[in-house]
Amino acid sequence: MFMCIELMLNAANLTFVTFARALNDIGGQSLVFFVLVVAAAEVVVGLGIIVAIYRRRADTNADDFHILKG
Amino acid sequence: MGHLATPMVASATVPDALTFAVSALAVLLGALGVVISRNPVHSALALVVTLFGVAVLFVEQQAHFLAAVQVIVYAGAIVVLFLFVIMLLGVDRRENIAAEPLKAQRPLAILLGLAVLAEVLVLARVQWVTGASSVAGIASGPGSNVSKLASSVFTTYLLPFEVTSVLLVIAVVGAVVLARRTPRGPAAKGEDARSAPGAGGDQARRGDPGEQDQSRQPEEEPVT
Repeated sequence: MFMCIELMLNAANLTFVTFARALNDIGGQSLVFFVLVVAAAEVVVGLGIIVAIYRRRADTNADDFHILKG
Repeated sequence: MGHLATPMVASATVPDALTFAVSALAVLLGALGVVISRNPVHSALALVVTLFGVAVLFVEQQAHFLAAVQVIVYAGAIVVLFLFVIMLLGVDRRENIAAEPLKAQRPLAILLGLAVLAEVLVLARVQWVTGASSVAGIASGPGSNVSKLASSVFTTYLLPFEVTSVLLVIAVVGAVVLARRTPRGPAAKGEDARSAPGAGGDQARRGDPGEQDQSRQPEEEPVT
C-alpha cells in the first residue's frame, strides 16, 4: 500500500516536471524537489509506524487496523 | 519580477520518441508489477523499475538534477528502506489478494480510476493551463539546470526550503521515537534482571521479530 503512495507521488512529480518544461518555468522543478523531500519524510515516519504496530500484532494488512478507532 | 512564460516548442525527434516510449512502458509495467505482485519483495523491485523509468523521463524533460536526485533518494534510499522493513517484519509470505475485508473497496477503486481517467481525457480538449506569468524564472536557455533550480529554490522558494528542513528533523525525531522500546520502571527492572534467562526464553517463544539484544528490557506484555 505504501508503494502505491510512492507511485502516486511519482505521477505528480512527472506531471510537474513536464509542465515545467512546457511552460518554461523552473518553479515546477522546485516543487518536485519539495515533494520529494516530503515523500521521503513520510516514508520514514510511515514505516516507523508500521514497525511499531507490527511489534504488537503479527500482521500488516491495513484493513485490520480498525483497533486504532477511538 | 515575473517573466512571461513562453511555451517551448518541442521538436520530437525519433530518439526522443523512442526514449519516451521505452521508459513510459517501463513505468507502466513497473506500476502494474507493484500492484499485482503477491510477494512484497517483487513489488519493491517493480517499484525500482518504475522509478528508473521516471528518472529517464525527467532527463528527457531537461530536469537533470531531479533525475539524479530521484535515483539517489527514491530508488537508492526509500526503496532500500522498504526492503529493510519488509525483511525485518518477515512479510514476504504470499498474501491472499482474493480475500478482501472491505467489500466496497475494489469497485470503488475501479470507479474512481475511471473517473480520473475521464477527467484527464476531457481536460485535454479544453485548456490545460491558466496562462499566468511565471514567478520563479525560466527553465530553458543558457546555464545549467542545477544552477537555475538552485537559484529558484534559494531565492524565490527559500521559506519552503527552510520549512522542509524542519520537517526532516521532525521526521528523524519521530522515527527514533517510534523505533525505540519504552524502558520499564525501576521495580520491574529488578524483577527482569533476576528472571533474565526466563525472559529470553519468553522472547524466543513469542517469536519477537527484531530483538537480539538480551541486555535491554524485554518487550512489554501485549495489551489485553
